[in-house]
Amino acid sequence: MYEKDGNSYFIVDGHVHIWDARASNLKNIHGKQFIDCFYDYHRNLSPEEVVWDYDLYTYYGGERLMRDLFAEGYVDHAIFQATLLSDFYVNGFGQTEEAFGLAQKHPDKLTYNHAYDPRNGEGGLAQLRRDADRMKLQGVKLYTAEWHGDSRGYKLDDPWSRRYLEECINLGIKNIHVHKGPTIRPLDRDAFDVADVDKVATDYLELNFIVEHCGLPRLEDFCWIATQESNVYGGLAVAIPFIHTRPRYFAQVIGELLYWIGEDKILFASDYALWTPKWLIERFVDFQIPEDMTEYAPITVEAKRKILGLNAASLYDIDVPAALRLATPTQDTVQVAAGAKEAVPL
Amino acid sequence: MTVAAVSIESEILAALDTVTDPELDQPITELGFVRSVSVDDSGVTVHLRLPTAFCSPNFAYLMASDTQDALRPVPDIGEVRVLLDDHHDSDKINAGLAADSGYLGTFGSEAQESLDELRRTFLCKAHTAAMERCVSAMIRQNRVGASEIHLLTLRDLPEGREKAALLRRRFALGVSVCPNGRVVVDEVGRPLVAEDVPMRLRFARSVRISMEGNGHFCRGLLATRYDDEGGGVHDVMQFTNTRTRNP
Repeated sequence: MYEKDGNSYFIVDGHVHIWDARASNLKNIHGKQFIDCFYDYHRNLSPEEVVWDYDLYTYYGGERLMRDLFAEGYVDHAIFQATLLSDFYVNGFGQTEEAFGLAQKHPDKLTYNHAYDPRNGEGGLAQLRRDADRMKLQGVKLYTAEWHGDSRGYKLDDPWSRRYLEECINLGIKNIHVHKGPTIRPLDRDAFDVADVDKVATDYLELNFIVEHCGLPRLEDFCWIATQESNVYGGLAVAIPFIHTRPRYFAQVIGELLYWIGEDKILFASDYALWTPKWLIERFVDFQIPEDMTEYAPITVEAKRKILGLNAASLYDIDVPAALRLATPTQDTVQVAAGAKEAVPL
Repeated sequence: MTVAAVSIESEILAALDTVTDPELDQPITELGFVRSVSVDDSGVTVHLRLPTAFCSPNFAYLMASDTQDALRPVPDIGEVRVLLDDHHDSDKINAGLAADSGYLGTFGSEAQESLDELRRTFLCKAHTAAMERCVSAMIRQNRVGASEIHLLTLRDLPEGREKAALLRRRFALGVSVCPNGRVVVDEVGRPLVAEDVPMRLRFARSVRISMEGNGHFCRGLLATRYDDEGGGVHDVMQFTNTRTRNP
């Protein structure tokens, strides 16, 4: 919980990791390139005083995570998002068992979302059933750009992907987190294209699709499809650190998101350990749209409370103390944002 | 007609200035993507660099092959060698460029068709953003009433960088650049009726913000990756000329 100026905020960090990118776990040069890319994001967008050294960044473990999130970071509940990257790391990038074990130890504080790869066919489906049973999965994180043998990625509306999504419905997995990244085949298309989210969101209304990084770098395409679909949400990971380096740009991003998809469908996330949640939460609560940007309405305290935790708590049935709930719950009655009401095909 | 003596350096730099990042709609020279240029008696070698090892390989290929295409017509340039550094697909792309394999030859089974459609998608975005900048400036300066935006013509726009950028995008898309042409048009150049204009402009604003944001990411990550924070990108590019012969 975070308190400021007499307002209290229940905090759900919708996207955290325990990863291992130490030299001992690198399978090839791409594993090194991947963690170096993450580290550049971390260094480039974090305030100087919270930048980690490289060695700590490659592996920090569960104890450090508990401290950064819950002891120092105001977080009430956090959701692990798996990133396997088995082609780059000997024992995977995200540490499944360590994260799952930690979530079992602190079920009030942590939820573990697993991952699957539809390119594993029938065998993968059987594995998903076993994982869902063992891990009591409520959500999965899909990284559509993950390499797999000769393949550099897949689309959510591929036939096998649809079978997995249908299995998720059967298994009670309702939250599908989608991370769009580059190197997707065939390469003739835009790897960040979110059009496949649009297709499956229309077809599987039982599922919620949380598009990580709110579709960046295709914010406009994400906003556009999110207005058309009642079950598409945007995660703020990667977008929110701009609050420090480029606050005016962040104002535009959050302004666009609030206009197109609305305050009920935006979820706070640090993407820990890409960034630590403490400073992000402090800055976001203090943040306001600059006065000269008259095209955007100011962000209300109520909107901040929803974004920082109440929206995710609703998606994951996380119990929110009565004092921290909104006076009039908006859960399950998601309103269409202003932009969606007037949206017409271009 | 006399030909002005133009140095090979300036001709090469001018050619490189014409190559743009299709996603950001900015020249690769301004973005700092040209790491080094070296001219010798046999030709020219250009090293490109990108903000991350995982930048989209299709865009990486487009910029590298556009660089090759832009340099080849430079008179007396000799052999043109373009190399992409530090990318997860560097080996594949560099081998493809050296062998002139084309896009399909370079990526084999990972590619299906050409990159023309991808290029067009981003050209459309660039045009949409350029249009929004021009119209927003007119609105800010009270030079057009809200009900008359659909009637704005290219003639009405003040000369300057923003208008020039819009005209370039329209030309590239095959949309009329006639001074009487309407400013607010759809992707194929059809004028919009008054009631469709607000939505088109509202969406265009999102396109512009998205593209500008990508530019912030790319510039920031490139500076962090290569530790050239503070230095202007033109100071970073190394240009060496060891040519001993005269054209």
